[in-house]
Amino acid sequence: MNTKVTIAGVEFKNPVMTASGTFGSGMEYSEFVDLNRLGAVVTKGVASVPWPGNPTPRVAEVYGGMLNAIGLQNPGIDVFMQRDIPFLKQYDTEIIVNVCGKTVEDYVDVVEKLGDEPAVAMLEINVSCPNVKEGAIAFGQKADALYNITAELKKHAKQPIIMKLSPNVTDITEMAKAAEAAGADALSLINTITGMKIDIHKRTFAIANKTGGMSGPAIKPVAVRMVYQVAQAVKIPIIGMGGIANAEDAIEFLLAGASAVSIGAMNFVNPYTTVEVVEGIEAYMKKYHVEDIRELIGAVR
Amino acid sequence: MKQKVTATVISQKEIAPAIYDMWIATDLAEQALPGQFICVYPKNKSTLLPRPISICEVAGDKKALRIVYRIAGQGTTEFSGYQAGESVEVLGTLGNGFPVAAGKGKKVFLMGGGIGVPPILQLAKELREEGLAKEEIQIVVGYRDSRMFLKEDLEQYGTVYVATEDGSFGTKGNVMNAIEENGISADVIFACGPMPMLRAIKQYAEEKDITAYISLEEHMACGVGACLGCVVKTKKADHHSHVHNARICTDGPVFEAAEVDI
Repeated sequence: MNTKVTIAGVEFKNPVMTASGTFGSGMEYSEFVDLNRLGAVVTKGVASVPWPGNPTPRVAEVYGGMLNAIGLQNPGIDVFMQRDIPFLKQYDTEIIVNVCGKTVEDYVDVVEKLGDEPAVAMLEINVSCPNVKEGAIAFGQKADALYNITAELKKHAKQPIIMKLSPNVTDITEMAKAAEAAGADALSLINTITGMKIDIHKRTFAIANKTGGMSGPAIKPVAVRMVYQVAQAVKIPIIGMGGIANAEDAIEFLLAGASAVSIGAMNFVNPYTTVEVVEGIEAYMKKYHVEDIRELIGAVR
Repeated sequence: MKQKVTATVISQKEIAPAIYDMWIATDLAEQALPGQFICVYPKNKSTLLPRPISICEVAGDKKALRIVYRIAGQGTTEFSGYQAGESVEVLGTLGNGFPVAAGKGKKVFLMGGGIGVPPILQLAKELREEGLAKEEIQIVVGYRDSRMFLKEDLEQYGTVYVATEDGSFGTKGNVMNAIEENGISADVIFACGPMPMLRAIKQYAEEKDITAYISLEEHMACGVGACLGCVVKTKKADHHSHVHNARICTDGPVFEAAEVDI
């Protein structure tokens, strides 16, 4: 039975990854999960300098999911390369670094520094975080802006780049096509859906940032639909995510056209989710006599 | 080691209006420290996130944990309905807890306000085991009114001073008023309670030039330091992100008052 998938020339032992921002750099969850079991660890977004993030409260629960507006708190690329990469290198899993920035130059700076680190397999470019005022989503909601930043980063990146798409757009296929046309090696989707919760007892916003990105099982149907649409619109591989709680959910994304899947908010609910999804996919393949996982990718049209 | 485990409810009762007292059987008790917390998972899958709840007491045989919590929303409402024998998913033990050693050989204030009172109990118990006399363990607790909880439990280990907001028992006002009215003092403070109380304690500790260890709370998602949801501003750069934002769940929940901006 083959569970290996290949994305932009990088081979993953299985299609199960972590969604950026929900798993740190793996350190915190390594107490629960054997990171060697995962196809890849996708790190929390890292910028050229440390970012303090947003005021609290930063998280709130909503029906079947949660809102967050962390604001990409991160230690900056220098600390990240000295601490987080060496930690991840101890494991037999691929490293995908999520890159964020306020300006094109910020992204280029991080991408170039990571170019010196052969242990990093791919870069995921965060142009879709809804929780920071500058940069990030500003590049991810207009097709021409997305095209430009993708093309620019392709000039500087040594590793293949994944553009992480926002669902907060009118037509996600336009964004996907723009990224593909600019040379993106892969796409990941969806980032969180912008939401709001009001605390009626305190008569204030549940999140200090007023809005937050919604994630969790409640957003899964939206994510599956978008993965399917994008899979029909582009030829580059897709990493699908959005509310995956178990192997059944993950298989839906594969069938919709994703070559790999990421587990996000559900890590908070069940810290063992990632490994359970790996095992559940294998059990599904056995049950339906699927010899090669690639038979599942995009099998539902 | 942090683990997600299935615990069994041993007993549960309402000990004050909307305040529930639940004992759960779990091996996590073996590693539990005063001031640490556990995350309790609702069974209703529309309320996904675990609820962080402080550890109130560890059973003598280290086979069970006691949590005392207030009904604050859907999750805790669900928990309050659990009966003896029912299973419950918990993640723990989390956070660093109170530095018990910092109280050794000293006269201490253990201060708790409202639903911040519970973690004070296990701390009082352990300070007593460390050899502090009951007179040295000065427990100052604040409640809304005379419908108090855990007072008798606390009296086993220390001298208890009470403040109530409506003056129906003890000092009228808050824990700071109780300290003043009783003319008591301490070498070190351990506290858990609402933010205005913790701010007053931080200020009091600075004036008296003593150390205060305060336990903070914030909305959390993961409880293990990954999501960066629950942060507090710190004087020094935090060791994780180097941005003066420490994670309450893993770097705390107990901090030296002088080291945080609250």
